[in-house]
Amino acid sequence: MKPDLQVEIAGVTLKNPVMTASGTFGSGMEYGDYMDLSRLGAVVTKGVANVPWPGNPVPRVAEVRSGMLNAVGLQNPGIETFCRRDLPFLKQAGSRVIVNVCGRTVEDYCEVVERLSEEAADLLEINISCPNVKSGGIAFGQDPHAAMQITSEIKKHAKQPVIMKLSPNVTDITEIAKAVEAAGADAVSLINTITGMKIDIYRKTFVLANGTGGLSGPAIHPVAVRMVWQCAHAVSIPIIGMGGVTTGEDAVELMLAGASAVAVGTATFRNPTAALDVLEGIEHYLTEQKIESVREITGLV
Amino acid sequence: MQKKKMQRAVVIEQTKLGEGIFSLWLSAPETAAAACAGQFVSLYCNNETRLLPRPISICEIDRAKGAIRLVYRVAGAGTSEFSGLLPGDTLDLMGPLGNGFPLKEAEGRRVLLIGGGIGIPPMLETAREISGDVMITAGYRDALFLTEELGGAGRLYIATEDGSAGTKGTVLDAIRENGLEADVIFACGPKPMLAAVKAYAVEKGIRCWISLEERMACGIGACLACVTGTVGTDEHTGVHNSRICREGPVFAAEEVQI
Repeated sequence: MKPDLQVEIAGVTLKNPVMTASGTFGSGMEYGDYMDLSRLGAVVTKGVANVPWPGNPVPRVAEVRSGMLNAVGLQNPGIETFCRRDLPFLKQAGSRVIVNVCGRTVEDYCEVVERLSEEAADLLEINISCPNVKSGGIAFGQDPHAAMQITSEIKKHAKQPVIMKLSPNVTDITEIAKAVEAAGADAVSLINTITGMKIDIYRKTFVLANGTGGLSGPAIHPVAVRMVWQCAHAVSIPIIGMGGVTTGEDAVELMLAGASAVAVGTATFRNPTAALDVLEGIEHYLTEQKIESVREITGLV
Repeated sequence: MQKKKMQRAVVIEQTKLGEGIFSLWLSAPETAAAACAGQFVSLYCNNETRLLPRPISICEIDRAKGAIRLVYRVAGAGTSEFSGLLPGDTLDLMGPLGNGFPLKEAEGRRVLLIGGGIGIPPMLETAREISGDVMITAGYRDALFLTEELGGAGRLYIATEDGSAGTKGTVLDAIRENGLEADVIFACGPKPMLAAVKAYAVEKGIRCWISLEERMACGIGACLACVTGTVGTDEHTGVHNSRICREGPVFAAEEVQI
């Protein structure tokens, strides 16, 4: 018998627990040439702000062993273009859509959230954890009070359920998770990238123009597993786990640690259909383990 | 609609052309059938700790054999891994990617192809796909490569930094020394060379297209890693930059900030 893959996040039913991780999948248009987007649990879009953002200078990416650093700096075309072009594309492709929202001030975030209230977005993911922009983003994600404040403001304006995306660049991630839960967050997603740096020893300077960048890929997977497990024991809202997921086994690990769903990010750069391969891997695991529903494995450890 | 796929390419032949410069013929029928001059492929390492594809320009296309030739410089661990590939070995490949040179613009016009360093290889297929007389200026640091093939595809003018062959100096020195006059320029090479070529084209009123490169992650336009500054607002990004992998790698010189 085929296992039941359906999951629910904050009242929204997804056909399976596999999503794309924000920033690795654009708005799905490019990877839509390589896969049927409707097979995903959801497409999580690249962060979108109230106005277009040009992002950081190049080079914006660097490879490291079993990972990569990026400092794209949340380049995005702004919410108007996103609503006119990207959302209709995703809806026509038959995907559930989670819109990742970024901003520099609380007002910026609220403006985007408000603009999306009449649009066909299924869930909102609020990026308070990008390490690559100077103001906004991570400033809200590293302090429990700031995280609580922005969450409650966003909740006042949001029509869709709100997922707060958390940063691993903190001393205790459970403090932030508890703060956003107390402020009304409907779910949390973790982890965003870990701040890193790479130096070109021959040019004797940074490889990335930004100096620092966010580390992603298999190198950070054990950190994600640990933090998802910690948060699962600290909050009762659903957790979307991400960080180096490359195979079905990686996804199962995060779910056993407490995630209700998972996102595949950097792995897509190595294999455009990585998210679907992860989904098949989860299905294979459940069948082999004779587990009827994927929901049963969340938080078993 | 048929979905695109990653290809499993098979190594036909690998030869060393010079210090750190390798030529790799790959059997990749779908890629060869669709490829145009000036496009590139994303080559993936077999070593799984190297996650990101290496974008490499296409040097030659053999559509009859379903093969492509890549000429690349060993610049790090990934290209070093490629240089050890032997006939029969396989590797993942995506492509052709990017737009390629606008060959129609060359029709019936005096065309000057300019390649510098590891920007020289794409000029071979480009020269072959342009009918009529083609001038090629190739700029090397010192050691030459591909000169025989380039000489067979057009009138070749060489520049070397050390003066060991052709004009001593840059590609522009070679152009001036040989009194080359053109209506259209297609160029690929390091940024300083492209900036100088753009300035030369503006000065002479020559229409000019340049092929850019940048660190990439996805190679298909999703990650926004490989952008170049643009003069106008890019239609897709909504800001003053364009994706080199998607809208490029070839841009009209006047449209990009370089």
